[in-house]
Amino acid sequence: MIRKILTLRNVRRIYAAFFLLLFIILLWLTSFNRMKGYETPLFLELDPLVAIASFLTSWTVYKGLALSLFVIIGTLLVGRFFCSWVCPMGIVNQVIGSLFARMRAVDAAELNSYRVLYRLKYYVLALFLVLAAFGSLQVGLLDPIPFVTRSFTTSVFPAANYGRSWLYLKQPLFNGGTLLGLIFLGVIFATRFLPRFWCRVLCPLGALLGLFSRKPLLRIWRDVDLCTDCKKCLGHCHGGCNPHSELRITECHVCMNCIEDCPENAIHYGLPKPSSSAQMPLDVSRRRLIESVLTGVVLFPVMRSTFASGTSPQYRVIRPPGSITEKDFLRRCIKCGQCMKVCPTNVIQPALLEAGFEGLWTPILINRIGYCEYNCVLCGHICPTGAIKPLTVEQKLGKSSGQRQVKIGTAFFDRGRCLPWAMNTDCIVCEEVCPTSPKAIWFQTFDVQLRNGMTKVLKRPFIDPTLCNGCGICENKCPIRDHAAVRVTSIGETRSSLNQMILKS
Amino acid sequence: MPSKNNKREPQISRRQFLLRAASTCGLAAATSVWGYVFYSKEPVRRSDTKILTFKDYRTGENNVYPHLAVVHGKDAEKMVRAAIDRIGGMGRFVSANDKVLLKPNAAWDRQPEQAANTNPAVVGAIVKLCIEARASEVWVTDVSVNDPYRCFARSGIEDATKRAGGKIKLASENDFVLTDLKGESLKVWPVSPFYHKADKLINIPVVKHHSLSKCTIAMKNLYGSLGGQRNRLHQDINTSIADLATAIRPTLTVIDATRVLRRNGPTGGNLSDVSIENTVIAGVDLVAAETYGIRFLDLKAEDIPFIAIAEKRGIGTSDLKLLNVAEIEV
Repeated sequence: MIRKILTLRNVRRIYAAFFLLLFIILLWLTSFNRMKGYETPLFLELDPLVAIASFLTSWTVYKGLALSLFVIIGTLLVGRFFCSWVCPMGIVNQVIGSLFARMRAVDAAELNSYRVLYRLKYYVLALFLVLAAFGSLQVGLLDPIPFVTRSFTTSVFPAANYGRSWLYLKQPLFNGGTLLGLIFLGVIFATRFLPRFWCRVLCPLGALLGLFSRKPLLRIWRDVDLCTDCKKCLGHCHGGCNPHSELRITECHVCMNCIEDCPENAIHYGLPKPSSSAQMPLDVSRRRLIESVLTGVVLFPVMRSTFASGTSPQYRVIRPPGSITEKDFLRRCIKCGQCMKVCPTNVIQPALLEAGFEGLWTPILINRIGYCEYNCVLCGHICPTGAIKPLTVEQKLGKSSGQRQVKIGTAFFDRGRCLPWAMNTDCIVCEEVCPTSPKAIWFQTFDVQLRNGMTKVLKRPFIDPTLCNGCGICENKCPIRDHAAVRVTSIGETRSSLNQMILKS
Repeated sequence: MPSKNNKREPQISRRQFLLRAASTCGLAAATSVWGYVFYSKEPVRRSDTKILTFKDYRTGENNVYPHLAVVHGKDAEKMVRAAIDRIGGMGRFVSANDKVLLKPNAAWDRQPEQAANTNPAVVGAIVKLCIEARASEVWVTDVSVNDPYRCFARSGIEDATKRAGGKIKLASENDFVLTDLKGESLKVWPVSPFYHKADKLINIPVVKHHSLSKCTIAMKNLYGSLGGQRNRLHQDINTSIADLATAIRPTLTVIDATRVLRRNGPTGGNLSDVSIENTVIAGVDLVAAETYGIRFLDLKAEDIPFIAIAEKRGIGTSDLKLLNVAEIEV
């Protein structure tokens, strides 16, 4: 009885359910009022592609990313287990795909056979690794862990919260969230036509783990003496790795379905037997591989000869406090969206083209949505790659000796829109909410003559650029709702030596 | 040559024809009725939203006790207890099974020492007194300016409230209820829903400097009941504050002047802006309490227009000489 329930397939299912749930819980915990020292970026840290690509850009294995060694070593021993046992993206694709695509056995055998299309992911990987070697970390666009973290943070969780407020007190809004949601839905929708489309065709992490699983110690073996060529093993195959013939070992997710499906007990997992079938090596075309590498070689200088945040400071590219210089930032940021999830005010947003193509979905601050909370340093502590360095509150506010406060930008008044300046109306909300002490926003009292000849005493605000840390609460709380009369731009940010305006600062 | 696609439509009987004709007429009639019923000259049909008003949270007049109790001391809980005992004890204000709403100032992500929020010890003491007066529930709420979770956690108010047996209540955007303040500047505003669910309201402000209104104490603390685009209130701040004090009549006001933020208000942030005054003031008269509180900021009642407006409207008395003020040391 127990042997019947506790099959290898069911053990895998239990692991998959556990890890998917763990992923969702850890992401749910990623917020100020719930985190209590949990390792919330765990899945990103387990991701060897993040570790290796960011190693190529900057020659370090940053803190928690060392955990990815477990996955690499595990893959060398037991094969590409990550994809169907651990990876939330793979599990979501598998579950939803099998819910909506009911196939006849003959179609399943056809769809689950290996296809030349599956080589594509290796070319994607080659392109990303070449870009990384030059110093541009684009792997987060398609790496499944950042992809699924970003999609959940910016679209799935906010949509689940809409109208109910059970996940967030304030409905989160994300810049281009619909686009991110549609891309996620599109990937899942593709499983209607080809099971595990993402994992088999596109996933660069799958490709990387494929490379590590070229000769694993333990693998799936088919006994040629027992096999009757019925192809039932293809019925539920996750990887599309041809267990019915010479197994494509680099494609195998060790999902164990073929073992359970074989009516002849011809398939086993472990060490080979004398009657075990031969296996196929990694299948890539050398020409296509060289093409992908050359694409990277051409693309990098193209991206770096564009007017973008990597080449020239951009006024809307206000990075979270603790962010490293822009060139290094683009070497480290994997666009995973953890900082966006943890930010209590929702100010951290995925950039569209504000930072240029290279900066797509990297975090920027949009002060109309939120503002940088003065005493908050959560984003730096959650960042798994060190694109945002962890600051203490004292470091951020410049309260430890010999240190200045961390500036992320500077606020400027638009006197044509500011109520006291343009319309002789009392306001100075910006001064009220300015968090520094003494306040960076100060005021002078003017006697102004009104249209009807009367005089009025009015307080008009000014900025002290040396005190302003660019937090943007003034812009956020400005009553001119659509386009605030005080706005923060990135000038003066601590992390940049170029983006400065004041001589003595 | 006949068509190869030669599947023919079956002939229908008289009975079938009549049935079909009847159902077609029925559909046509239903369409006309739908058009008639829903015909409108307005592009969008709106259901009328109910607009509430504030209840009067005060309990009956009582001239036996002093108007204001002012307590000086070191231990916040003892001071609060002494102050409320001096004006009749919590039993005068809270009856058994009341739902009591406490409104401290928890607007800012600051620590207690920085005096930007109400002292958590004062809030905790009042929660305890309410529970001792057999209130069924004690809720502590505010509509914070900074992130509410951070404000309540870092101000220490969340911890103090929970320890004393109260609950923190935070409203999400869609919970706010449209309420008519019937003021000169403030008409219909979204208001935190708990004000309509509670039976009693205890206002627990802290004494702070404010650049535009000069001070933010008991009357301006009521600003934290509003949601929506409340930053517009600054454009007519004195009338707005007086309107708030007219619309919302708390059961009791307990002013926390244990620490006073004298400069850089209302946010503060620097300990050098804070002076230790070790005082708690309790009373029903909002204007009198406010007037007592401004001395810590070196202000006089005539400097502050909203006190004059409120007094003219009969909200309270600013001339403390006319009132019975009891000063106690504990």
